[in-house]
Amino acid sequence: MSSPLLAVAGLSVRFRMSGGRTVAAVSDVSFDLAAGECLALVGESGCGKSVLASALLGLLPGNAEVRGAVHAGGRDLLTADERTLARRVRGRLIGLVPQSPAAHLTPVRTVRAQLAETVRELTGAGAAALPDAVLAAADRAAFPADHLDRYPHQLSGGLAQRAATALALVGDAPLLVADEPTTGLDRALVDRTVDELRRHVDDGRGLLVITHDLAAAERVADRVAVMYAGRIVELADAGTFFGKPGPRHPYAAGLLAALPERDFTPIPGMPPELHALPPGCAFAPRCPRATDACAQRPALTEGTACHHALDSAHA
Amino acid sequence: MLELRAITAGYDRRAPVLREVDLTVADGESVGLLGPSGCGKSTLARVAALLHRPDAGQVRLAGEPVTGFRHRAPRAQRTAVGVVFQQPRLSADPRLTLRDLVAEPLRATGRAAHVPERTADLARTVGLGDDLLTRRPHEVSDGQLQRACLARALVLRPRLLICDEMTAMLDASTTAALVGVVEAYRADSGAALLAVGHDRVLLERWCDRVTEFAASGTASEAAVA
Repeated sequence: MSSPLLAVAGLSVRFRMSGGRTVAAVSDVSFDLAAGECLALVGESGCGKSVLASALLGLLPGNAEVRGAVHAGGRDLLTADERTLARRVRGRLIGLVPQSPAAHLTPVRTVRAQLAETVRELTGAGAAALPDAVLAAADRAAFPADHLDRYPHQLSGGLAQRAATALALVGDAPLLVADEPTTGLDRALVDRTVDELRRHVDDGRGLLVITHDLAAAERVADRVAVMYAGRIVELADAGTFFGKPGPRHPYAAGLLAALPERDFTPIPGMPPELHALPPGCAFAPRCPRATDACAQRPALTEGTACHHALDSAHA
Repeated sequence: MLELRAITAGYDRRAPVLREVDLTVADGESVGLLGPSGCGKSTLARVAALLHRPDAGQVRLAGEPVTGFRHRAPRAQRTAVGVVFQQPRLSADPRLTLRDLVAEPLRATGRAAHVPERTADLARTVGLGDDLLTRRPHEVSDGQLQRACLARALVLRPRLLICDEMTAMLDASTTAALVGVVEAYRADSGAALLAVGHDRVLLERWCDRVTEFAASGTASEAAVA
C-alpha cells in the first residue's frame, strides 16, 4: 500500500470548561486511511466522533486543547495556521459532507448560486466556464440539473444531502469526511446515500464516515473503528467485524447484539461522562467480562483495547 | 383503543397530505406504521395524538368520538395519549431540568403531589440517575434527553402511547433500551402502541402488526407474523 492519505497519531482533544472541569472528548486516537478506502467510525452519541471530525478540519472552538499529529497532503493539520487551513485544506484536501445538510446549506440562496460560488472559489473557473462547471459539479453528486434553481427548503432530505455532497466534491479533495450523513433519512435513502459515497471511494478517494447507524457502516466501509468514551476500542476489517468471527471488544459485541435483526438487547447502563472518566477501562462498569485487571486501562493491541477480548471462536 | 376513519388531513386544504386514511389500534395492541419520509405518517400520528385537527374524517379514542383537537381536546382524552417525538431537542423546553421536564404533565393536570414519587420511579425505569435529572437539555446527549422525553410521555400512565420515529437519532443500544422500557410499561399497564418509523426491521421486531404507508398517503393494512 502507498503512504496513507490521512495519518492520525495519538490525537487527543480536551475542552476546558468553566469551574475547572475538563472534558476529555477524544483520547489518544490513531488510525490511517488510504486512497480508495472507507473507514467507518461508529459509537454512541456523545462518544467524541464529531469532535474528531472537527479536529481534522481545524474547526474546534477556542477552548479546545489538541495534542498528537494529523498528517494529510504532506502537512500536519494540527499545527497549520488558519490561512493554510482555509486555502489549502478545507474543500481542497478534505471535503466535508455535513451532518445536517438542511442546516449546512445557505437557506436564502439557490443550490446553483451556492455551487457557483464554491466552484469559483475552489477552481478559479472564469465567468464563461462557470455554468458548465456548475452543471458538472451537480452531476458528480447525482443532483438533478432541473432542481438547481431551488432553495434548500424546497428540497427533500435526499436531494439536500446530494447538494451538500456536491459542494464537498467541488474541490476534488482526495479525502472526504462524512459526519452522520444518513441521520433522519429513511432506509431506502440511507442505502442510496451510502452507495453514492461508496462510488467516490471506488473512484479513488479516501472516506471517513462517522455514524451511529451500523447498517450504513456495514454497507459502505472497508474497515470499522469503534469509539467508546473518546477512545478507539476496536479497529477491524468490516467483513470480519459484521460477519464471522465478529467483533472482539465486548462493547462492540454489545452494540451489534442490540440491533433489531440480532438480539435486540441493550448494553446495560449508560456511557460515562467525558468529564469524569474512570481511571481504568471506561467500559468496565457495564462489561460482563470485567475483572480486577480492568482497573488498568488496556492499550489498543492487535485491533482491540481489552484485557478480556472475545476470541475468534466465540461467534 | 384508537379508530381513525377516512381521515383527510394536511396543512393546506387544497393539497392534503392524507386522503381518506383508516387505521385501527385495538386495546393493548402494538401497531407499526411504516413509510418513506414525506408520506404523511407523522401527520397521521399527530392526528392520532389529538395534536392536529383533520380536515375530514372521524377519530375515536376508547370508543368515544373525539370532538376537539389540541387545546380543545377534553383533558380526559388528551391525557390518555402519551407521545414521544423524533427529535428530543425540539420537543423539550430548554429551560427545564430533566426532572421538571418529566414532572411537567403532572403539574399541568393538578397532580403536583405525585411529582416526587412518580419522577423518581420513572427516572429509574428509563435509566436516568439523580445527577442527570438536575441537568438541562443542553447538558445531556440525545439519548439521555430522549430517555427523559419517554419518561414524560409515561408519567400520566397513558392508555395509548404514540412513538413517532422515537429512535431515529439513537444508536443501537439506546434504541433497544428505550423499546424495552416501552414494552415493560405496556406489559404492566396493558397500554396500546402506535409506533411510526421507516425502519422495517425494527418495527417488525417491535410490533404485533405493521401497516405499510404508501407514498400516496393511503395506508394498506398488512399483518406480519
